[in-house]
Amino acid sequence: MAGFRLPAPARVALLAVLVVAVQLATQASGKGFYLTQLTMTAYYALAVLGLSLLMGYAGQISLGQAGFFAIGGYTAAFLSTVDLSAGRGGAGVALATRLGLLLSRPDLYGGTTLGVNPWVGLVLGVALAAGVAFAVGVPVLRLRGHYLAMATLAFGTIVSAVVVGTQRLGAADGISGVPPFPFLPGLRIGGGGADRVANYYVAWGLVGLAMLLLGNLVGSRTGRALRAIHGAEDAARAMGVDAARLKVRVFVLAAAMAAAAGVLLTHYVGGIGPSESSVMKSVRYVAMVAVGGMGSLWGALSAAAVLEFLSLRGVFGAHDDAVFGGILLLVMLFSPDGILKIPARGLLERLRPRPARPGEGS
Amino acid sequence: MTLDLALQYLVAGLTYGAIYAVVAIGFNIVYSATGIINFAQGEFVMLGGMIAVQLSASMPLPVAVALAVVAAAAVGALVEVAFIRWLRKPTVLRMVVITIGVSILLREGALFLWGEGVRSLPYFTGDEVSSVAIGGARVSPQVFWVLGTVAVIVVLLEWFYRRTLLGWEMQACAANRDAAALCGVPVRGLVTLSFALAAAIGALAGAVVSPITYTSYAAGGPLAIKGFTVAILGGLGNSGGAVAAGLALGIVESFAVSVLPAAYKDVVTLTLLLAVLVVRPSGLFASGEAARLKEF
Repeated sequence: MAGFRLPAPARVALLAVLVVAVQLATQASGKGFYLTQLTMTAYYALAVLGLSLLMGYAGQISLGQAGFFAIGGYTAAFLSTVDLSAGRGGAGVALATRLGLLLSRPDLYGGTTLGVNPWVGLVLGVALAAGVAFAVGVPVLRLRGHYLAMATLAFGTIVSAVVVGTQRLGAADGISGVPPFPFLPGLRIGGGGADRVANYYVAWGLVGLAMLLLGNLVGSRTGRALRAIHGAEDAARAMGVDAARLKVRVFVLAAAMAAAAGVLLTHYVGGIGPSESSVMKSVRYVAMVAVGGMGSLWGALSAAAVLEFLSLRGVFGAHDDAVFGGILLLVMLFSPDGILKIPARGLLERLRPRPARPGEGS
Repeated sequence: MTLDLALQYLVAGLTYGAIYAVVAIGFNIVYSATGIINFAQGEFVMLGGMIAVQLSASMPLPVAVALAVVAAAAVGALVEVAFIRWLRKPTVLRMVVITIGVSILLREGALFLWGEGVRSLPYFTGDEVSSVAIGGARVSPQVFWVLGTVAVIVVLLEWFYRRTLLGWEMQACAANRDAAALCGVPVRGLVTLSFALAAAIGALAGAVVSPITYTSYAAGGPLAIKGFTVAILGGLGNSGGAVAAGLALGIVESFAVSVLPAAYKDVVTLTLLLAVLVVRPSGLFASGEAARLKEF
């Protein structure tokens, strides 16, 4: 279709207008509580966008995206809830406090606990996920098709099994009581109803930023190289694309985005549980990318926003997993390029008057 | 570790390993005929157990197991006809995602029908406390049922592929689909048959092992990953290799539990899978020469 395409900054501006409009609408209709789920949706969307880049553009399937999300989330949860006040007298703790790496906060019982500054958690969580992604990605991304799918599935399952089996990470209960994240002066990520509107704008602001940066990336030489790998890896390599290196980089970027989303969501909702690391979560991310259309960041964002919001609102009830499985199946069966490319459009185009045959009078 | 205890672990390992081998053979059957890894293979094992448990309430055990196998085979054939047969030149990515979607639907369907509870068939002979002494180890008679069933499955499959015309046709289909079709082999029907066959043997194994391991709607996923690990270790398409690798993996896991927390049992397998995929994706027994012709 030779349709008109908005330039990326204009699309991001449109997104901004939409985000503001939704906030005003919820305020006007007295449904401000929707913003909580919309904020969570934004963070999940960040993880989906990373996967969209990897699957849709580079053509590499990953069934381990939730594993990276969990690495970020659990790192943040663990570090910010660990209590170091016992070591207050020690030189190391004193130095770390002076450097701002540790923060003390009131605990439930009126005393103070000394925890790690969430910024440290964010940096470490993302770095850890990126490091793991690099270590796993270098060997695993040499594999293709089924083998890559199974290898990433194995990775995701390992993360999940470790989380569930580790007492220090709360085992089946997860970690709760994660404090808010002092993101900017006067602006905390988390903290319940009072900061709801601010949090909503922070989360969607980050999504907008990600769209702007990723839009630049896919429009660049690197983006073209990624699409070339997707189309025909051998041909891309023959043209001088360093396929192995690019694939690993995108894998690491996708993991870092998922981990950052995991850190922020964990602070926002005040905890994390093992279900965030489950393979079913990874499959959901894949489903959202598939619905939005492979190779379409805006499609992936739209799909993630709609599906995740509906899911968080509990629209699918107890059949949540079945709905996502069904959606995945239907999209892949009938329209593997996403629902925006359903065959109906081809049908519509064919309903135009046919060109006249040669010799046919008009 | 005493010798008796080691023997006990060995028997437990063999039991689980035999089931992994059957799941791996299921992968092989479908992979040979179609080049597809069916991510829903573990769900067939789950279905076999669950349907047999359901039926055994109202009929004798052997009949219930037999009907469960037939039902699972029908589901397998249906999956192929409904979701795979009519796709024209699907990409691998698409097939992977479709079979994952199928596995989720089967799992959720089982959850809807039978709930979250853990179920099992009664012991085929004796009960949960009866045991046979081998050396210093106490072995449940059900273990012999499992090992015996798996042995029969393997032998029958070998006979089927080597001695029957249908088996030959399936081999031809695996070797070169177009050439087989040109020779008059009904390729499409054979692909459906391969799904039914894989589902049937998975279901049989699932029914026989359920008194020992229990089964639930979610039992299929882990089995699929283990089975795939075994299929890769043994070399995709190599059923003898699958049996050897399956028993080996079962034993490794069993002994791993004796030194690691039980929650990490799966981590051992999965790490092994990652390592094999990275170092030797053609499997432990494949020749390097053949491996170079394949694409991983």
